[in-house]
Amino acid sequence: MKNLTSFSASQIAQEVSSGNIKAEEVALAHLERIKAEDPKVKAFITVLEESALISAREVDLKRSQGKKLGKLAGVPIAVKDNILVEGVETTCASKILKGFKAPYDATIVEKLKKEDAVIIGKTNLDEFAMGSSNENSAFFKTKNPWNLDAVPGGSSGGSAAAVAAKMAPLSLGSDTGGSIRQPASFCGLVGLKPTYGLVSRYGLIAFASSLDQIGPMSRNVEDAALLLSSIAGHDLRDSTSSPEAQTHFSGTPLEKLRGLRIGMPREYFAEGLDAEVQKSVWNAVNCLKTMGAEVKEVSLPHTSYAVATYYIIAPSEAASNLARFDGVRYGYRAQDVKNLSELYEKSRGEGFGPEVKRRIMLGTYALSSGYYDAYYNRAQKARTLISRDFENVFKEVDFLATPTAPSAAFKFGEKSADPVAMYLSDIFTIPSNLAGNASLSIPCGLNKDHLPIGLQLIAPAFEDEKLLALAATIEKAVNFPQLN
Amino acid sequence: MTEPFEMVVGLEVHAQLGTETKLFCSCANDGFGAVPNSRVCPVCTGQPGALPVLNKKAVELATQAALALNGKLAHKSIFARKNYFYPDLPKAYQISQYDEPLCLGGEVPLRLKDGKTKTVPLARIHMEEDAGKLLHAVGSQTLNHSLVDFNRGGVPLIEIVSNPEIFSSDEAYAYLTSLKEILQYARVSSCDMEKGEMRCDANISLRPKGQAKFGTRAEIKNLNSFKNVKEALEYEFLRQSDILSSGGRIVQETRLWNGKETVSMRSKEEAHDYRYFPDPDLLPIELSPEWIEKLKSEIPELPQARRERFVSAYHLSPYEAEVLVADQAVSDYFIEVLKLPEAKNSAEILAKLIMNIPDFSPIPAEQMAALTHLCLQKTITLNQAKELYPEIRESKKDPKALVEEKGLAQVLDEKILRDWVQKALAANPKAVLDVRGGKKEAAGALMGAVMKLSKGKANPALVNKLISEGIDKA
Repeated sequence: MKNLTSFSASQIAQEVSSGNIKAEEVALAHLERIKAEDPKVKAFITVLEESALISAREVDLKRSQGKKLGKLAGVPIAVKDNILVEGVETTCASKILKGFKAPYDATIVEKLKKEDAVIIGKTNLDEFAMGSSNENSAFFKTKNPWNLDAVPGGSSGGSAAAVAAKMAPLSLGSDTGGSIRQPASFCGLVGLKPTYGLVSRYGLIAFASSLDQIGPMSRNVEDAALLLSSIAGHDLRDSTSSPEAQTHFSGTPLEKLRGLRIGMPREYFAEGLDAEVQKSVWNAVNCLKTMGAEVKEVSLPHTSYAVATYYIIAPSEAASNLARFDGVRYGYRAQDVKNLSELYEKSRGEGFGPEVKRRIMLGTYALSSGYYDAYYNRAQKARTLISRDFENVFKEVDFLATPTAPSAAFKFGEKSADPVAMYLSDIFTIPSNLAGNASLSIPCGLNKDHLPIGLQLIAPAFEDEKLLALAATIEKAVNFPQLN
Repeated sequence: MTEPFEMVVGLEVHAQLGTETKLFCSCANDGFGAVPNSRVCPVCTGQPGALPVLNKKAVELATQAALALNGKLAHKSIFARKNYFYPDLPKAYQISQYDEPLCLGGEVPLRLKDGKTKTVPLARIHMEEDAGKLLHAVGSQTLNHSLVDFNRGGVPLIEIVSNPEIFSSDEAYAYLTSLKEILQYARVSSCDMEKGEMRCDANISLRPKGQAKFGTRAEIKNLNSFKNVKEALEYEFLRQSDILSSGGRIVQETRLWNGKETVSMRSKEEAHDYRYFPDPDLLPIELSPEWIEKLKSEIPELPQARRERFVSAYHLSPYEAEVLVADQAVSDYFIEVLKLPEAKNSAEILAKLIMNIPDFSPIPAEQMAALTHLCLQKTITLNQAKELYPEIRESKKDPKALVEEKGLAQVLDEKILRDWVQKALAANPKAVLDVRGGKKEAAGALMGAVMKLSKGKANPALVNKLISEGIDKA
């Protein structure tokens, strides 16, 4: 029997389109895999068994009627549970949204449906995408399929684990400070944070609006390009989506690397970086060098301000974005309240988890009268300097190569008691969100514990296609193993 | 005796922009009186994941308001979030403008009762979205909970903030009248206060006359008519002057007008910290000089210019111009009628007709032109035209045909008129004597007699002339 869960998304789309396999078979195979694996991995908050089979059969019907199928014909896709799928519960892994049924489709979900994708389930995350380990989910912790004692990373940990454990060939994550790339790195996947403005945010429950970006997670670069081609493009419903957004990405490896300049920012290879990670990243970069690329050390001098800057801007926006969860119109509402302020206090107090509350408080403080200039305003200035660092460095080089995270996947509980240690696990991914450029993680090796290590590649804004091409080149050279 | 205080007032006016759709979504901007929550979508009810998209038409209207009020438009302005919790505010923030508003400065010209004029400078004009509305009762039934209607949520508003340079309740009234007139004429807002399309908050402080320094102010909310504003300011003036006269101090606070008095709502200490910051979901508004020019050229004639034109081009009295221009629909109609060839040279007649017809409501311009023509030709008198008007409106008959049908045409034939005059003089010898003796008003009786004989059809001017001649001759 064909091992459908090992197929790539591109293969599935091709085979379904040509009629060699049925979308229903593909859906059934993945649903079975979920039944077998998910009790251990716990990637899904909701498995859409029924609706996945219905949409798979619709795809098959469409084909039997001789209609042309979309780019993602019959491809099962797992969607992070902060993205709205009409009629489906969307929780953000928070008690406050438990039972909330999405009243509309996110733009990208509309697009997936148009391309004949099969949405197979909604995946777990750190509550409201705030976290780096999935330990902040209000419901349960997703495990790393490579080692069930290790975290899958976060916040898109469920999306990463689902694809790594072959419960879906593709998933969607969202990345505010590394939430796609860091779990991709921990789970041995390709994870792309597209350029800010390339993919519509309409229907993504906002964490930090100026940083959030939806992106693909996959087991190979070609699949990431395929999914990006389906979701990218200007959206009139999102004012921050770019009118120049490209819609076609191929992820074809580069033929030659001669003349290509790759920068290694010295600030990313400093103290605190795991030695095995460093070695693995160096090896990958050396591969590129062997193939003819020019590799040089560069500097992004304001890197050390990135985490602090991020932890002012992101919570400020989050405090405002999450204010709508007030128990009035939807979501959790506290019972037995005496008045309006008690309704707010209890609903929010009981509905939000500790990390979300911490960030709401941070953001509220940073924006409050008398502190705005010292925090929010200064953070904006620092953000400008960090963006300028990238602008300057991209005059010297075409891409940057860095580790995605300072270490491979850590163990549950290892950092959860120390928020700052947890925040620092995003130290290399945060700057790209602040600058809005394109950034991707690709597996480049395994450590001695057999855990994946991620290489981060960063390209200037709207160079996503070139970024995918470079990643594909590395993919070919590195030949990273898949889990069985 | 109270000290001679002067009130210092600054007004914040919210005007609803007359767009088809709301400020950040495509829901219809016509929710007044509609079924609650029938004009809503994920965006204006603050559903998770929904994003605002700016309505270009709203920016155009706001820009035209700024131009009509002589404000200085910012080439770049930004939307900010004003954060606070209230059930009528679905996102728990209002999208407004804060430190970079659409327009700084501007002015409102005032025409006061005593004929004096003055200009009140504006601080700023900015755009923002409206909140929803809480309902505490359904019909006559009070509820033990509240309901929210989001039809009004997300409706586009401009807030026009004056400098504190209004010094009496009459000035405040004149300010609002003038502002409303300008916004209506510029077709920015219909400013229907009953529909909540224009709302006002007032900041008022007192200071001894002659003192430059401001006193402590109170902000009065819930002023939903010009009369309310005037009364609330007068009440607040007395309240504050009582406190000051007896040596007390004014507390900075927000007060609510309940129709009779102002009552404290919250003090400065309880004031919200709105934590304004730029809305990351929206791009800055950037206005190009070309676009501003284009919008400027599209602004209809404004009231001041129209009043001046009515006097200079149509030879109306300033009073007539004032009355006609006070109602934009009426003054538009006036202009429309005068464009017709038949109404040539009839401006004054038309003005008098419009002003003298009780509860004037227009008939088709062509008919109105015909009616003024009949007056101009002296076929009928103004008075007759006025009396005929309701019938023309009801029956939709052509005025000329109606005049003929009723045999109302004035008699201009001097032979016939002279005959009537002679009969009248013969029948009223005492009046003739009185007029000769210098009692000019006695001629009225003679005119009355001629009119009676002519069944009202004699041309009054000619009759007057003939009466004088007849008396001189006799």
